[in-house]
Amino acid sequence: MSVLIFVENWDGKFKKLSFELISYGAKLAEMLHTEVVALTIGAVENAELKKLGNYGAARIINAVNDKINVFDSQAYTSIIAGFARQEASTIVALSNNNMGKAIAPRLSVQLKAGLGAGVSKLPLGLNPFIVYKKVYSGNAFSHLVIKTEIKILTLAQNSFELIETPNNAVISTITAEWNPESIRTRVSEVQKQSGKILLTDADVVISGGRGMKSSDNWGPIVELAELLGAATACSRPVSDEGWRPHDEHTGQTGKIIAPNLYFAIGISGATQHLAGVSSSKFIVAINTDKDAPIFSAAQYGIVGDASKVLPKLVEAVKEIKGK
Amino acid sequence: MKILVCISNVPDTTTKVKFIDDFKKLDTTGIQWVINPWDELSLTRALELKDDASNGIQSVTVAHVGLVGSEPTIRKALAIGADDAIRVNADPADAYFVAVQLANVLKLDSYDLIFCGIESSDFNGSSVGAMLAEFLEYPSVSSVSGVRIENGVLIINREIDGGKEILTVPIPVVAIVQKGIAREPRIAAMRGIMMARTKPLKVVEPIIVDSFTEIVSYEMPKPRAACKFVDPENPRQLIELLQNEAKII
Ligand SMILES: Cc1cc2nc3c(=O)[nH]c(=O)nc-3n(C[C@H](O)[C@H](O)[C@H](O)COP(=O)(O)OP(=O)(O)OC[C@H]3O[C@@H](n4cnc5c(N)ncnc54)[C@H](O)[C@@H]3O)c2cc1C
Repeated sequence: MSVLIFVENWDGKFKKLSFELISYGAKLAEMLHTEVVALTIGAVENAELKKLGNYGAARIINAVNDKINVFDSQAYTSIIAGFARQEASTIVALSNNNMGKAIAPRLSVQLKAGLGAGVSKLPLGLNPFIVYKKVYSGNAFSHLVIKTEIKILTLAQNSFELIETPNNAVISTITAEWNPESIRTRVSEVQKQSGKILLTDADVVISGGRGMKSSDNWGPIVELAELLGAATACSRPVSDEGWRPHDEHTGQTGKIIAPNLYFAIGISGATQHLAGVSSSKFIVAINTDKDAPIFSAAQYGIVGDASKVLPKLVEAVKEIKGK
Repeated sequence: MKILVCISNVPDTTTKVKFIDDFKKLDTTGIQWVINPWDELSLTRALELKDDASNGIQSVTVAHVGLVGSEPTIRKALAIGADDAIRVNADPADAYFVAVQLANVLKLDSYDLIFCGIESSDFNGSSVGAMLAEFLEYPSVSSVSGVRIENGVLIINREIDGGKEILTVPIPVVAIVQKGIAREPRIAAMRGIMMARTKPLKVVEPIIVDSFTEIVSYEMPKPRAACKFVDPENPRQLIELLQNEAKII
């Protein structure tokens, strides 16, 4: 028995969400009186692998194969399912991000295991096994019973605190069983921007809406983001208008994010917008309309014209940070 | 090439959900039911592909697992332009149950390109598309932000962290779509609404299978503390609150 955690790596590196997932797995293993086995696919150096041990992984497996150079959901699923069987894992956990969403449902079918997708707490009960997850795009939460013996869970990003539990994890590097011919999709081109803080990873997000009036007014938002090490985002009409790139669009039909701090500037707070940001720990709203629904979702607010408030805000951050 | 678009029937995205029976059931009074936003965009893209004759799309079919009450949503998809529809006559118990039923639809009749949305706005599970692909042992591509056909070959854009990949894929394939697949959902025209009434809607009886999961109760989000307002003339106070009270920056 074990809790198997599939940890994604990005060119051999882990991220905060990787450690959140291991921390979650460690607590889960404690509840079940078992241990956490972490599995990552693609070469990762030992020093990086060791970090997983700091959050409670008892064993760390690095499955490598020179020929694995692109992501293919079928291939990854068969590798992870293989380990789950070998380890007799009763729980397999992944992150609820792009890759996790591509693999977890396939694992569910392969392992005949019920899937709790996007859980944001430890199980509420073990027998029956009840998980807690958002439904209706954040307008409610559900208690979901997983009835199968094996369970697959994906953990919502930024929903679980990092817990350091230093230990001496056993690291093993093994060759992944892999049949390149099984891969039927082919990646012909990769377009990637580097250096930009990813919206889904950012702790702080500065977001502008239609109340910003024009793309020319984004200067202070970008400056504020730079000062706070934040990512920039926007509401849907803003990306529809072409004021900001599409990958900044947050909400029901855009990115779903859960930063520690979300600034909604000139955003009314439509339910479809809130669907993408309601898991933020804190929301700050700046809006001319004191009755805008965004203020019901926010903990801090300024009723005022963004074009006047933002420059002052930028100055204040500079002053405070400068000290 | 034949396209199948899987559609889910969900409360309108502005619905303020409420629950009855001690938070065990959704209160459906007054709810407007709509095609799940992602599925509506998939359908739009499927019809755009079909509009261009050079793509050689023979038909666009929609499939739905649900009871007779969801037929208005199916008719809406037909009004928007789907050629025909299949309804599996069962209450969609969970994602696994739905995927089993859809896989069966695909065993009865073959399709080349199958669209599913990245999630349905009710249970936010992101599950059905990839489960369906696994049942059928089809390749699937998730996070799809574009689909086109070039010289008979399917080209798919997949969003990745900080960029995108362009893939060529064989058929049959399941495309699990997100933002970018189509700009605006296509709206049904009067003619479409008239025609929808006579388009074929086939009802298939479900395969008997147990669901893997079950929602036993719901909870409303915890009310957030009332908003604290800061003087617009003195935004410095906001930064101080974020530092000293929220301890977040
Ligand atoms: C199926 C569906 C899916 C959708 N998905 C999304 C989604 O994913 N994301 C999304 O964002 N929307 C989505 N929408 C659209 C959504 O309903 C709203 O229309 C949208 O969020 C409004 O964007 P906004 O707040 O920027 O603009 P508006 O609603 O126009 O609000 C602008 C706000 O700016 C304020 N303002 C004006 N001038 C100033 C000023 N000088 N200073 C400060 N404040 C000012 C106004 O008081 C107002 O509150 C969706 C809609 C549908 C039907």
